[in-house]
Amino acid sequence: MLDFLKKPIQSLQDFVILAGKAVRNVVRKPHYFDDIAIQADVIGVGSLPIVVLTGFFSGAVMALQMSKALSQYGASGQVGQIVSITLVRELGPVLTALLVSGRNASGIASELGSMKVTEQIDAMRALGTDPVQKLVTPRLIATSAMLPILTILSDFIGLFGGYLMACVLLKLTTSTQYWTTAYRALDFQDVVQGLAKPFIFGIIIALVGCFEGLRTSGGTQGVGRATTAAVVTASVWVFVIDLIITQIFVSMPAW
Amino acid sequence: MASASTDVLRFDNVTVRFDEQPVVDRVSFVLGAGESRIVLGEAGAGKTVLLKTALGLIRPDAGRVYLFGRDITDLKEKELFAVRQQVGILFQEGALFDSQTVEENVAYPLLNQAKRSLSRDDIDGIENKVLRALEFVELGHTLEKFPSELSGGMRRRVGIARATVTEPPLVLYDSPTAGLDPITANTIMALLVKERDIRNTSSIVVTHRYQDGQIMANFRSDGADGKLVPDPGRTDTVFMVMREGRLIFEGSQKELEASPDAYVRKFVRR
Repeated sequence: MLDFLKKPIQSLQDFVILAGKAVRNVVRKPHYFDDIAIQADVIGVGSLPIVVLTGFFSGAVMALQMSKALSQYGASGQVGQIVSITLVRELGPVLTALLVSGRNASGIASELGSMKVTEQIDAMRALGTDPVQKLVTPRLIATSAMLPILTILSDFIGLFGGYLMACVLLKLTTSTQYWTTAYRALDFQDVVQGLAKPFIFGIIIALVGCFEGLRTSGGTQGVGRATTAAVVTASVWVFVIDLIITQIFVSMPAW
Repeated sequence: MASASTDVLRFDNVTVRFDEQPVVDRVSFVLGAGESRIVLGEAGAGKTVLLKTALGLIRPDAGRVYLFGRDITDLKEKELFAVRQQVGILFQEGALFDSQTVEENVAYPLLNQAKRSLSRDDIDGIENKVLRALEFVELGHTLEKFPSELSGGMRRRVGIARATVTEPPLVLYDSPTAGLDPITANTIMALLVKERDIRNTSSIVVTHRYQDGQIMANFRSDGADGKLVPDPGRTDTVFMVMREGRLIFEGSQKELEASPDAYVRKFVRR
């Protein structure tokens, strides 16, 4: 009767097993440092241009949107504060995670998926390597380390975009006031929230990408399906986890 | 039946199911040392699953698998790594790592073993071994190439080099000639015969081409240049025919050709 629940529960179980193995391997030998470095390069350095670009525009557009609303209350001097809080708490982590999941969850899923359908994963096992150790763990470490760094960059570039819009183009406020209010607006708690989010999103993106890739079946069509599934699943989870983390921080007493 | 300790590989009533459907159905056989088994069957007969089960890549749902006398049915993946070091496998399309060069591909199993157990000297010796393995398949000049730059037959030969570079006593070949033209297919089979005769390895050759089995059963390798010379009726080559997961025939070439079974005869005729 509950047959329709069997598949999702089976998938969840497989996902949890994979996640457990991947995390356990972080401290287990053998370590594949080369693979970690390569993945950090692909995921971190490779995502730089797009993260910088979107970070800049999201900050600028935020300042532009707020300029009208704030000037109604005669508070246009506070634009730095608004841009800084929204970027650091929400927009920076979520937008960067969505971009990286579009770029890398798909990349990971298609790479591992092609390896799966061409029996390279089986070959790896036959030749004495644990595919989780060799393929999943390096991607997990690289993504969860690089995403916070990318987010920090995106936050800064976004603040700079907001500055250009608010101070140079719209002349809403002075540059000293913009940067001072932007800096003062942030609590330590905001920074922690802004870094905890991308760290956890990174784990989700890497694991979902690897999971979808490793369970690919059905030739090249299957690789296409896995890629799509990876991006959709990872993006949805980014929003769900974002809500949960935000709720935790909102209900937390101030530090 | 030979005692478990001299058997290279033993299947004992093995069943493998995918989604409740048996793809290998109560299969039993014994592969003795120095023996070659040709597994014939149409696509989907369970031949590839049989090979993967022999290596522990797929776990049987029932029955036991013994490799070199050791029961591997319930071994953990980590424990299986040590057993698999003694087995080489050529996958259907070669399954070379396409992000690595030919040299890195062939060195892969050696480096893996070196990481596990060997000393520094052995690590230095890897380059020579890789070159020797590639020269064995006449591809000594392709070290720096990537698999995507090679033809289908060459990829298959690199796959053979990777499977045999550790000089394992048992080699499993999954459709070594599938999708190749007859001339290239014969070159590949000549390599298999050469491997068998020079290193005296046991092997299982999964194929849908009856000619592949004929070559294994009726030729030997002429040492130096690896040319095939007739050696009819070799007794160390056993034929097996699979149909829908069942092992429906096991015996010599003569018995195969004399079989009254219509399905078996279809393979012999072609």
